[in-house]
Amino acid sequence: MKCQYCEKPATFHITEITEPSGSQVMHLCEEHARGFLQKEEANPVASIASALAKQLDLGQTKKDLEELDQKACPVCGISFFEFRNTGRLGCPFDYSHFAADLLPLMTNIHESVEHVGKRPRRSAAADSQALMIQLRREMEEAVEREDYERASEIRDELKRMEQAEEGANES
Amino acid sequence: MKRSSDFSELATRSGEWMRGTGPESDIVVSSRIRLARNLADFPFIKRCSDEDRVSIERTIRAKMENLSSWDDVHYYDLEQLPEIDRQFLVERQLVSREIAEADGARGVAVSSNEHFSVMVNEEDHLRIQVMHSGLDLLSGWKQINEIDDELEASILYAFHPEFGYLTSCPTNVGTGLRVSVMLHLPALVITRQIDKVFRSMQRINVTVRGLYGEGSQYSGDFYQVSNQITLGRSEMELVELIGADVVPRIIEYERKARNYLLKEGQQDLHDDVSRSLGILGTAKKISSEETMHYLSKVRLGVNLGLIDDLAIGTINKLFMQTQPAHLQKLHGRLLRSSERNVERATYLQRHLSDSFDQ
Repeated sequence: MKCQYCEKPATFHITEITEPSGSQVMHLCEEHARGFLQKEEANPVASIASALAKQLDLGQTKKDLEELDQKACPVCGISFFEFRNTGRLGCPFDYSHFAADLLPLMTNIHESVEHVGKRPRRSAAADSQALMIQLRREMEEAVEREDYERASEIRDELKRMEQAEEGANES
Repeated sequence: MKRSSDFSELATRSGEWMRGTGPESDIVVSSRIRLARNLADFPFIKRCSDEDRVSIERTIRAKMENLSSWDDVHYYDLEQLPEIDRQFLVERQLVSREIAEADGARGVAVSSNEHFSVMVNEEDHLRIQVMHSGLDLLSGWKQINEIDDELEASILYAFHPEFGYLTSCPTNVGTGLRVSVMLHLPALVITRQIDKVFRSMQRINVTVRGLYGEGSQYSGDFYQVSNQITLGRSEMELVELIGADVVPRIIEYERKARNYLLKEGQQDLHDDVSRSLGILGTAKKISSEETMHYLSKVRLGVNLGLIDDLAIGTINKLFMQTQPAHLQKLHGRLLRSSERNVERATYLQRHLSDSFDQ
């Protein structure tokens, strides 16, 4: 069999799941396969998209996915649609807020979703960290609508929280 | 840690990982480990305001400046550095292309022996990386684990009890660990077995990438092998997957292919290697792709004893110094592509003339 992009023999046969409708088999020579695989590695959006497509195959309807796209993180404000488009999450809290939605995807990428490696010695009080992220966003929004009084209140609040954190570190 | 913007010292020497002294360094160029970490109280980079990025950069830099064991570490403010200097750091593999080409507050801390670097505000707030010569992942892991501990003592990381260290992209979550080993596999390429090796890799969650090629083009027969999975296995398991399982197998294949070439086609190989050295030592202008192509053959020749009096460390250094930004740094001014080809040929001639005389 010849490579689908050139005259060389196809030595790679890759099944790519890109469309909800099904999979596509590609027959590539070494050179084109390398190019293809390199692109995949460099492009997490593609692997996330294909993992999401698999989720669709697993019974989620298009309507489910559209609803999911609208869902947004209360802390950083990112929508699932934005995540799906960029392949990047908005803040640490997304892993909690979108946990159920991310699980199938992470299972697909990693095969297991239970962290078994190193753990930091200090654990964060996750709530106050999330609140700080949210306050930073609110401060930025206050500046945008020129509500400098509110922005400066938030800045003071953040400073207080940062100092509390520093104090906790040193003790 | 000292702030710096001077590269004159870096440009004339090579990092320790380039010396070609580590285990299996006839085939393994370098072993790299990186950890992705994020601050718990800031959004991930893509969601950061300019002000957030400035605060993150300032916070992390201050913490690093406080580390007493970091006296020989230099910090480069990437927002202030000219493009040529950022390109120089990319060629040296101290920073990623992404952070070099990004905008906003960002920087990199580099240890003076270039064993480790810490990128600030890359895709994650912190990207810690350790590089060693040859196949040496265990000491790499020990070192990066200690650096991570030092930073963690004063920085609160984003961590989830179930999912581990949280990263901007879910492909890095968990350990945040990527192990990458750079291999020189010319005999597998010549004997056309490299695709067979690639295919066996895909089944065990390992990524293989060509290196040093511009765009999608491969050159120089260098391949980087790294783990795909970061969650669900411990750091040591990932280190062992690459360092004790996958890479030793590839090394064995490459050795067999080299022995085969020596036995079945030594005259052809010797001819090819000698011509390559001849071209590198006499050309009046030469592109970087061509340089890599012939340097790869010369590297094989040295490792098989077909060329004497040329050290692997010297060849590794030539690979590095003939890249565009390095050439321009050494030359002391910006050069057009055609000027670089002339300068590259002159540089090679000067450094290879000793072995060429024989």
